[in-house]
Amino acid sequence: MGNGQGPRHRGRDRGARSPQSEPKVLVLPGDEIPDRGLQPGFGTYRVGRRLFVSIMGYATWRDPFVRVVPFAGRYIPKPNDVIVGVVQDVQKTFYLLDIDASRWAPLHTSGTPWEPGPGELDQYLRIGDAVLVAVENLDPTGKIGVTMKGEGLGKLSGGTLATISPAKIPRVIGKAGSMIHTITRLTGTRVAVGQNGRIWVEGTPDGIHRVRECLRIIEEEGQWPGLTERIEGFLQMTGPTDDTGPRPPGPEPVDRTQPERFDEGAPPPDDDPRAPSASPHIPPDETNEGEGPWEA
Amino acid sequence: MGSVGAKEVPELLNAEGRRIDGRRLDELRQIAMKVGPLTRADGSAFVEWGENKVMAAVYGPREVHPRHLMQTAKAIVQCRYNMAAFSVDERKRPGQDRRSQEISKVITEAFESVIFTEEFPKTSIDIYIEVLQANAGTRCAGLVAASLALADAGIPMADLVASVAVGKVAGRIALDLKKEEDNFGDADMPLALVPQSGRLVLIQMEGHMTQDELRQALDLGVKGCRDIYEKMRQALRSRYDVPAGSAAPEVAA
Repeated sequence: MGNGQGPRHRGRDRGARSPQSEPKVLVLPGDEIPDRGLQPGFGTYRVGRRLFVSIMGYATWRDPFVRVVPFAGRYIPKPNDVIVGVVQDVQKTFYLLDIDASRWAPLHTSGTPWEPGPGELDQYLRIGDAVLVAVENLDPTGKIGVTMKGEGLGKLSGGTLATISPAKIPRVIGKAGSMIHTITRLTGTRVAVGQNGRIWVEGTPDGIHRVRECLRIIEEEGQWPGLTERIEGFLQMTGPTDDTGPRPPGPEPVDRTQPERFDEGAPPPDDDPRAPSASPHIPPDETNEGEGPWEA
Repeated sequence: MGSVGAKEVPELLNAEGRRIDGRRLDELRQIAMKVGPLTRADGSAFVEWGENKVMAAVYGPREVHPRHLMQTAKAIVQCRYNMAAFSVDERKRPGQDRRSQEISKVITEAFESVIFTEEFPKTSIDIYIEVLQANAGTRCAGLVAASLALADAGIPMADLVASVAVGKVAGRIALDLKKEEDNFGDADMPLALVPQSGRLVLIQMEGHMTQDELRQALDLGVKGCRDIYEKMRQALRSRYDVPAGSAAPEVAA
């Protein structure tokens, strides 16, 4: 249908947010969009000379590609992404990890710090264990190779997993880690954010619950402005009440006996995200001064 | 199906050209669509179409199960259409029967023709369609719901698939039959259209029509599909609407 010219033009973003900002156009599968002389990128396809959209999202025209920033979809692995995987199968020489991508990713023993003999792999990881790994290589058949060798990578013990759409991960991290830092500071939790939308959280049951609530807010309202303020407001509002409120007797302090391996994760090369996820390990009494019987 | 023979045939078309529920011949039933009601699924949609209520959930692309179905060069599409035991007047015996197997197959094939399966080799895209309440046209409602769920799941496809049934009621061609019209009418023909390319990806027929009637029915059905398509687009767009008063939304960098 020739309704191509996009449903909705949404004025300019507020300046500083993205310098190359373009009008963002909400597009749906089947929409025809102008190519403006650019090549078809992610989420678009050509029929003859016409250009169409294949995925719901915002269309962007940024040299050299016209592409769609999707609202949803499984995690699409990129080399060097740090992700959280869950062991699904233990074979003779490798583990198979569910990483929320379209396929499971093999983790070979060569990519681990251990040297198990054949059949001894389950002494280190068992089905259901969570691990922090990095994407190492992608081959054209779609196989996703991951490794556990690298700063801060390894098995995740204790804690629990939360999930969010991978498309929302940049929101979870925030600019230079501001969002994730706010969350960990105000909940007294430790967090490892995987680019695949899996987030490992360790802390008090209440802290974990509030992190999950934050993630829900980000998932539902992530595209609206003022997110950090809203999250901060939410945490400050819930913090004190939850801490003094109906809490089981004998509050559990944050477990600091866990290995702190990914606490010392050196900031990764690019300006991203993982650093904050790895760093904040803030003793609860600092963050929650006078707010509750943390150590009582 | 209930016992048809025992019942009296209702008046399907009155003197003013109104149908049993007051619609004109080319009128659709009321439709409401909600995108994303389920959180566990990768994508989902709920469609209320007349008295039909249909939920669709999409998972994937994900590991193929059973593994021998895996294709090395592309994803497979697996669709399961299922009617709840309580979806019809008399209890439907639960589980797959020949009718639901057939519907699952034709819906699978309709979607295989629009989904870019080559982008996800060795994986499976699973579509589940659950009919909670049935009143004729459930495969069309199921297709529409599944189509929305696929878009919600972010699965790349050439276009949304829109679907509607046309039929022959009291000797006239009518759009979007309801149960009585389906049971006592002369013909029923579900269609599914890819509006952007104009291709039909599903067409079935039960009953009899002349060639002229068939042409007329196709025209009416395609027009109906395009109306449905517009409603589907609105439903998808409204999911990402910005609440009034807030500024332009930001996009992930």
